[in-house]
Amino acid sequence: MSLVELSHATKRFLNSKGGTHTAVSDITLDVEAGEFVAVVGPTGCGKSTTLSLVSGLEPPSEGTVRVSGRPVTGIPEGVGYMFQADAMLPWRTVLANVAAGPVWRGVPAEQARAQAHDWIERVGLGGFEGYYMHQLSGGMRKRVALAQTLVTEPSILLMDEPFSALDVQTRALMQTELLDLWSGSRAAVIFVTHDLEEAIVLADRVVVMTASPARIKDVFPVHLPRPRNVEELRMDPDFVRTYSQIWSSLSSEVAIARKTGVGNVA
Amino acid sequence: MSLDVSTPQQNPSSTADAAALANVRARVRRHRVTIYGLRALLLVAVLAFWEASVNLWFDPFFYSKPSLIWHKLVVWFSDGTAQGPIWQQIRYTLQEAVLGFILGAIVGILLGILLGRARLLAEVLQPYIQAANAVPRIVLSALFIIWFGLGMSSKVATAFVLVFFPVFFNAFQGAREVDRNLVNNARILGASRSQVLRSIVVPSATSWILASLHTAFGFALIGAIVGEYAGATHGVGLLISTAQASFDSAGIYAGMVISTVLALGAELILGLLERRLLKWRPPAHNNAVPV
Repeated sequence: MSLVELSHATKRFLNSKGGTHTAVSDITLDVEAGEFVAVVGPTGCGKSTTLSLVSGLEPPSEGTVRVSGRPVTGIPEGVGYMFQADAMLPWRTVLANVAAGPVWRGVPAEQARAQAHDWIERVGLGGFEGYYMHQLSGGMRKRVALAQTLVTEPSILLMDEPFSALDVQTRALMQTELLDLWSGSRAAVIFVTHDLEEAIVLADRVVVMTASPARIKDVFPVHLPRPRNVEELRMDPDFVRTYSQIWSSLSSEVAIARKTGVGNVA
Repeated sequence: MSLDVSTPQQNPSSTADAAALANVRARVRRHRVTIYGLRALLLVAVLAFWEASVNLWFDPFFYSKPSLIWHKLVVWFSDGTAQGPIWQQIRYTLQEAVLGFILGAIVGILLGILLGRARLLAEVLQPYIQAANAVPRIVLSALFIIWFGLGMSSKVATAFVLVFFPVFFNAFQGAREVDRNLVNNARILGASRSQVLRSIVVPSATSWILASLHTAFGFALIGAIVGEYAGATHGVGLLISTAQASFDSAGIYAGMVISTVLALGAELILGLLERRLLKWRPPAHNNAVPV
């Protein structure tokens, strides 16, 4: 039994014209505990929908989704989800935002604050506990989001293009820190991105999605040793080989997505 | 990653910087003095024009003029009014307005948030709420006098209906426009429905609600004064209606001046409250001055 099992999962939405729009179609994917899976595909193809199926925020239209062997109804225990857009509460300080998860789960306030403190230190934001979100830079806000998610010690970490809004250097730094933090846990990660480099640098397995509606096209294992140095890895011949192999699968989908136009695939 | 923080403090590193900073400060100060000076000038000009034009062309009996209004205010505050001491009238009006405001705001906020979260109920009630909002509510003050008599409660009721609707609509809108992302994130982090309501919906709606409270207090004063005008034993509205009955146009203006001052005072207090509650918000507009 795998930690996450998607079996022939399909998700359709009503669109504004009254018809249906298929976001993902016939997804079958297993993710083991401690495994880092990256999902790549053209922008707007429906990758994020896969994550909302696993998180229980959206029920599948067809097929089944299981977490720890149990069908997903509501939000499964042990799931952490880092959204693409900022989702912290702007009227709370960094500390109160990070402590929110434990407090909502019933941890006594004092203990929740201590846990939050610990995680704020671990993501490198020590000293910024009292700041509000608008006072932080984009990279710092991502660190808060990371701490907010990790403080609940998820066994399944869902990440939806979390670093796509960051500049290149900050992104590499955040990738390094994510790998550091993850290696200390046994969490399974499903990391959605449209950036193939990012996918290979981080993951054990790269899942390539087709253009909309998103289907699984190919799955590639990544045999790069860990611990990885995010910035130097990009020059590694193994990395380059893996990249060109996966790109040959992904590029045709990107071309299709470009042809249909962004307006039709959102 | 640079741990840059956008706080407005600057550290003048050299004397040149310090001099430039002092320069900018002086410029800002001069600008402020100019603005206040022009405002005062505008007021004086309008009042002087009014005074002069009535002296030259119009009948002060009908149109009154600033000096007469001032005189009326002086008489009211030193000798009292025909209805009793002026402070007593002001206290009555304020008490009615504040009571109506508090009740209207509380009920408006509670119902607004409730309906904002209960989609079915909101859909069912929508046409009736729209209709109730379309009723010229100020006319209800006549009905309230029949129901509640000439005392304070009929004015509180008028203030209440005037305050309720704007607060209700804003709370409703605020509760509906909560960022889905925030709610989803909170649910993933383990928040229950009531925790989502308390920790996310209510604070999100707060800025909407506070915006409505500003105008709502003005409405509460209008409600109290119109209620008094329709029939009362005390209050600023009674002063105005008595003045009207005796063709005392200066008295009507004097009553308006008093209610304007009351509204501005309340606005000031609400502004302070808003700044206190919304201190997490980024500065609304960029006040940066080029150095």
